Amino acid sequence: MFYREAGDYKTSYPEDSQTFPIKFDRIRYYAVLAVAFGIIPFFINDYWANAVFVPFLIYAIAAIGLNILVGYCGQVSLGTGGFMAVGAYAVYKLMTAFPEVSILIHVLLAGGITAGVGVIFGLPSLRIKGFYLAVATLAAQFFLVWLFNKVPWFYNYSASGQISAPERDILGVIITGPNTTAAAKYLFCALILLALAWLARNLTRGSVGRKWMAIRDMDIAAEIIGVNPLTAKLSAFAISSFFIGVAGALFFAVYLGAAEVGESFGIQKSFLILFMVIIGGLGSIFGSLAGAAFLVLLPVFLKNVLVGMLGWPTDLAAHIELLIIGGLIIVFLIAEPHGIAQLWRLAKEKLRLWPFPH
Amino acid sequence: MNMQNPDGYTTADGRQIGGVMMEMKNITLRFGGVAAITDISFDIREGEIRAIIGPNGAGKSSMLNVISGFYVPQEGEVWFRGAKRPPMKPYQVAGMGIARTFQNIALFEGMSVLDNIMTGRLTQMKSGLLAQAMWWGRAQAEETAHREKVEKVIDFLEIQHIRKTPVGRLPYGLKKRVELARALAAEPKLLLLDEPMAGMNVEEKEDMSRFILDVNDEFGTTIALIEHDMGVVMDLSDRVVVMDYGKKIGDGTPDEVRNNQAVIDAYLGVSHDE
Ligand SMILES: Nc1ncnc2c1ncn2[C@@H]1O[C@H](COP(=O)(O)OP(=O)(O)OP(=O)(O)O)[C@@H](O)[C@H]1O
Ligand SMILES: [Mg+2]
Repeated sequence: MFYREAGDYKTSYPEDSQTFPIKFDRIRYYAVLAVAFGIIPFFINDYWANAVFVPFLIYAIAAIGLNILVGYCGQVSLGTGGFMAVGAYAVYKLMTAFPEVSILIHVLLAGGITAGVGVIFGLPSLRIKGFYLAVATLAAQFFLVWLFNKVPWFYNYSASGQISAPERDILGVIITGPNTTAAAKYLFCALILLALAWLARNLTRGSVGRKWMAIRDMDIAAEIIGVNPLTAKLSAFAISSFFIGVAGALFFAVYLGAAEVGESFGIQKSFLILFMVIIGGLGSIFGSLAGAAFLVLLPVFLKNVLVGMLGWPTDLAAHIELLIIGGLIIVFLIAEPHGIAQLWRLAKEKLRLWPFPH
Repeated sequence: MNMQNPDGYTTADGRQIGGVMMEMKNITLRFGGVAAITDISFDIREGEIRAIIGPNGAGKSSMLNVISGFYVPQEGEVWFRGAKRPPMKPYQVAGMGIARTFQNIALFEGMSVLDNIMTGRLTQMKSGLLAQAMWWGRAQAEETAHREKVEKVIDFLEIQHIRKTPVGRLPYGLKKRVELARALAAEPKLLLLDEPMAGMNVEEKEDMSRFILDVNDEFGTTIALIEHDMGVVMDLSDRVVVMDYGKKIGDGTPDEVRNNQAVIDAYLGVSHDE
């Protein structure tokens, strides 16, 4: 009975529409923040940063971005990898061209540039839907990877065709380059995720979010209540791409340090992030985080258990991972399209009533 | 009562009806070779409840779709408050203060009742993307102000108890009511209702009739509605347009229409699902 809403009356509309209407949820949220910013940074080491935390934080940003487009606005996209590449190459060009400007500004600008590119590739959504739109975004994916491979200007004519992040700092703390500490990588990404998740939450609970969801649920009815499909869809593409561009910039500059476009931002990335959104829960910010956490942790977990403890060969573990992901996708698509987020809600509902089932 | 008076007329029950709000002039709408509407003209006056009746396939829904901008007629003009309306997209028509419901309910199934009704206020919500992203005072104040309006509609239609329910879980009759709520939330000048009582039981029809009359009475909203139930039409409406096979075969008060030979023939001659 500790999780309850009885006695938790709302006396004003703002109170009723807050993010965590139930006190217990609010407390838990602050507890998570306290651990994330007060404890983890002091204990994190390179293994945990590189294997778990930093990829989780970055994928979470990308997953929120894709969820805005797919889960909230109902527009399918298979171009996530390509849009991450735009963010990565944009931040690379900016870092090398304007070394004196703060890396934070560059990351945000990279997001802005990706938003612009996203709007251009979102234009077909005004005409086509569903499967056809998916194919169009797939074309964007391949085109963008091809472009960054083909035009040497993007990788500053480096002999290897790779891009690598020079060392940059914020207020003396190194954020990119080989000398970055685990804690600095973690904190930089965590702060950006926190800020962007908050923005996404605000957008999705207000009138912009309702426009997106109206288009998703029934575009004809959306038009009749006054939603301009052009601005609604393109704003979803822009904001989604902004998030994905920031994630791509961080993935390259903070996480990888050096990248080759086809390898780091290929079609597999598009699918990986789409799977995070599906498993986590379409149309849920929390689900985006849960899906990213799940798909980052799963291979680590399997590797530790199957390879580390049971001594299975590594490639077998990798195959089992694919099997599990594939199975889960099917299960979630058929049985629970709202993913882990919905399972979590149902569990809470049960808990709320416990021990009295009515 | 003189219904030809350009300044309006007084109804039998003493309500003041104003001048012409919307005028359809010689509308013809074709789908390929099929004419859904042939050369129809009629007007809707300020404050009036105007019914459109006719057998199945007569072109009634098509007429509402012309008014709300879904269909562009091949011929004819639409006049609104004394000005010829240029071709408009549905969302622009909504911006003019015209709201509607659909024959087949068109709610947003993935959203709660409250959110569905809140979408009715989207045309009035002005705070920008940035303000909303930051949830700045203005965005929050706007949300609260619109929420208050929406709560009034919720009270008016007596659906407080399902406020937070996902629309997908509601029974049919309540869905119809939520759809009306969404249209009312827009505070429309003209409300278009496509068969608001289809598929309802007697009690639900009575409730819905009461709501329609109250909307017209309390807010002065002009209403154009399509309905098959003749009893309801005769009770509710001030004037009736009768359509058959895309043509207008009658136009006048319920009594006039009821005694019109062409109308009687159309209804006797055509098999009907009601
Ligand atoms: N989008 C469309 N494409 C082709 N034909 C259409 C379209 N919409 C309507 N029609 C045709 O136009 C005619 C009139 O249809 P409409 O839906 O307006 O009739 P209605 O009077 O509303 O009938 P009901 O009482 O059954 O709702 C019908 O013959 C219909 O098949
Ligand atoms: Mg119809």
